[in-house]
Amino acid sequence: MKEKATALNVKKIRADFPILKRRIGGKPLVYLDSAATSQKPKPVVDAITRFYTEYNANVHRSVHRLSEEATIAFEQSREKFASFVGAKTSREIVFVRNATEALNLVVFSWARSNLKAGDHVLLTEMEHHSNIVPWQILAKERSIKLDYVRIDDDGTLSWHSFEELIKEKPKAVSLAHVSNALGTINPVREIAKQAHNVGATVIVDAAQSVPHMPVDVSDLECDFMAVSGHKMLAPTGIGMLYGRYELLDHMEPLMGGGEMIKEVHLQEARWNDPPWKFEAGTPNIEGVIGLGAAVDYLSKLGMQNVRLHEKDITKYALERLGDVRGLVLYGTRNIERRGAAISFNLGDIHAHDLATVLDTQGIAIRSGHHCAQPLMERLKVPATSRASFYIYNMKREVDILVRALENARKMFKV
Amino acid sequence: MSADIYKEMILDHYRHPRNYGELADANVRAKDSNVLCGDVIEMQLRVDGNRIDDLRFRGQGCAISLASASMLTELSKGKLISEIQKLGKEDIIELLGADPGPARIECATLGLKVLKTAIYAHLGIRMPEEET
Repeated sequence: MKEKATALNVKKIRADFPILKRRIGGKPLVYLDSAATSQKPKPVVDAITRFYTEYNANVHRSVHRLSEEATIAFEQSREKFASFVGAKTSREIVFVRNATEALNLVVFSWARSNLKAGDHVLLTEMEHHSNIVPWQILAKERSIKLDYVRIDDDGTLSWHSFEELIKEKPKAVSLAHVSNALGTINPVREIAKQAHNVGATVIVDAAQSVPHMPVDVSDLECDFMAVSGHKMLAPTGIGMLYGRYELLDHMEPLMGGGEMIKEVHLQEARWNDPPWKFEAGTPNIEGVIGLGAAVDYLSKLGMQNVRLHEKDITKYALERLGDVRGLVLYGTRNIERRGAAISFNLGDIHAHDLATVLDTQGIAIRSGHHCAQPLMERLKVPATSRASFYIYNMKREVDILVRALENARKMFKV
Repeated sequence: MSADIYKEMILDHYRHPRNYGELADANVRAKDSNVLCGDVIEMQLRVDGNRIDDLRFRGQGCAISLASASMLTELSKGKLISEIQKLGKEDIIELLGADPGPARIECATLGLKVLKTAIYAHLGIRMPEEET
């Protein structure tokens, strides 16, 4: 397959990712696991190196020059990310470890002080464990009822099921913008509208959307949004919680310590303002600085172009995979309603066997339950294989994947 | 890791597992699972004195776990309990004829873990920590 020009100059992009030159067992690396974590471009790695070699210091503390520079870079990253997702002010962005911690912060701070026994929380069957388990912990503690929007056989949310469950007047509606296992893009804006009509607070797990498409919190009308840095070219260990300022302002901190206070006396303390109220202790400074460089990188490409590129390669992959005999695709075929993660099974080959065989060809895919066991139960499979694409993937890599799958099919006599 | 692990013999044991099914007169059973692949294996043994008279297994999972359990049942039939107790990871790799690599070794050793669990249950003693 000859590479046609897409919305992105993939060849130029690939030159920024040194890891893509690696060979695995003599074969060129075909990295199709960006939904698990993205690779990092040189500008991100360089920004981190520059921090450590030129202005490493703790932030918000000392008055010396290095600390001042570090603090400026740190807070600039917050501003960059805030405008990247359309927040009104950077004070609506709390730095955490990952999307999981962002969701936990919402559950154990906001929900814990706003929900009472008998209240309903509405989730969906396609949630990642990080948007299920924290709620279960709180549900046990507070006798809260968890409802789940059903999914239809094509892997999209059942609108009928949503309309039935919203009648329970949930206090919170928390859902994935894009499913990590199915790739489904959920109609968050429509859901948020109806949820707000019944007085619910809307929490969006955007770990799989913000790296891949334009996302604007005021457009989605969500109250909270959780994002992972490492899935959007930034290092691991840095996550972001967006929260409407009024909500953050009324929330209690989860952790106490330095940075999160205005004044401390022996018997009491006054909290700092958001977002610092939630950022006790020395933060992941290199992570935040890396995130700033990642946002710059993506902004330069343009998120609309990123989305167009991914639609193009996903459409191609769905067509090619659909031609592999015995291959079952999960999720919708409608390219407008799905992101760049494709789950599948090949005959009765176990997903891990398939991943191991593909690994011998230099192809990295994810296999397993994708931290979405309730979804696997719904699909009635123990596991699936998942290929996911990002800005550096080429159609040629889809061809390599398809060829390797054909070989696996023969090998396992499917 | 190479494709060696999926050689003909292993795929054959996966597609046609030996000693598979229910052992009606089993006097000891054990079952365990492996979180990574969701593999589940149950071993049923008829132990006579200190010898494994007969055994069957059943379960579901990946090719590595099922083939390794199947081959292990062939090896274990008629063996002394003490001989099975001595088996370890290296013996399973030798049995398979290939090292499945660190990511998949737990799949390969699940059958042995379940077999040993059954044996220790039969002996009525706790399985040593290093064998679990």
